Amino acid sequence: MTEQTPQPEERKETTEPRDAVYWARYAETLKVSGVAEGATNINVEGRRAVGPLQGFGKMWQKTYRVRLGGVDASPAEVIQTWKENYKDFWPEGNVFYAPLAGITPGEVALISGSLPGGVKLSTGVMVLYADDESFTLMTPQGHPFSGWITFSSFEEDGATIAQAQVLMRANDPLYEVGLRMGGHKMEDEMWQKTLANLAVHFGARDPVETNLVCVDPKLQWRHYRNVWHNAGIRSALHMVTAPLRWRRDRAAR
Amino acid sequence: MPQAQITMDVRRVSDKVSVVDVKGELTAFAEGVLMDAYGQASEGGVRGIVMNFEGLEYMNSSGIGLLVTLLIRVNREKQRLLIFGLSDHYQSIFQITRLDDAIAIHDSEEEAVKAAST
Repeated sequence: MTEQTPQPEERKETTEPRDAVYWARYAETLKVSGVAEGATNINVEGRRAVGPLQGFGKMWQKTYRVRLGGVDASPAEVIQTWKENYKDFWPEGNVFYAPLAGITPGEVALISGSLPGGVKLSTGVMVLYADDESFTLMTPQGHPFSGWITFSSFEEDGATIAQAQVLMRANDPLYEVGLRMGGHKMEDEMWQKTLANLAVHFGARDPVETNLVCVDPKLQWRHYRNVWHNAGIRSALHMVTAPLRWRRDRAAR
Repeated sequence: MPQAQITMDVRRVSDKVSVVDVKGELTAFAEGVLMDAYGQASEGGVRGIVMNFEGLEYMNSSGIGLLVTLLIRVNREKQRLLIFGLSDHYQSIFQITRLDDAIAIHDSEEEAVKAAST
């Protein structure tokens, strides 16, 4: 038996921490690899991903969890199912256009949401982290909130738990007002329904528990200019100027 | 719930600065250990908390979330949070999560302690 000296590349691989494959690689701005039919990529491409420290409003940690009582599924099986069927668990009115490569680190997904007044909000998320028992999505500039959503599953008291945890601030002053005037409630309902749908998929009927914690009540006024990227305003402008673009395209033919 | 696979030893290096030596895995299960270490490091009117990440072996997104909530607590107490000993990999994670916008990252303990003392 002979011993071989590892090549430089092999050596590098062995010295990388084992979490390296789970994290997205750093990129200055987001890049969408493909735009699915029906999706609009007006507020994601070229934007920076932003975390809870870059937002404007109060910082919240919102935890939604459901016990999958009587279900014989491991945390890894729950997360695999969640990743594969992510869009199907969302409630009606919001569309998640999954990346072609699926929920894998660094992939960017487009989202179409509903805003009051019939405006369709075009935004997206980047997959920041994904391992066998959890995955995290990070929002772009202009998204209603600045932060991360971590979906995870683990065992507790002999049962498998599915959990979504949001760490967020409203991205700008307008969104902060919107969240206080019903936006938080809408968001809570969305994740409660998502978890309920996931539980039903596995045949469980346990109630979804919600825990809301205001981590930082301070507003970050230095980030008020985030309103420039407000995806709600930009989506509304995109919608009202659609006839002009149609006329321009027609004239160009 | 699984046990936390992490230890955090606190050293007081001056009247105003404590160093926390992190060894192991920073995940959601490390919350209790992290907050205990922070409480210990803050005793006696410490103004600068320096975290030594040379022994960090694994970190997931929940671990990064814990650092955000720690930072908020530190700011609320009008203290400063500083870090050193991050490998290139973990520096890149601080960059992508944009924690480097808010937490000062230094190359050595000496540098971090000096910055925390000013």
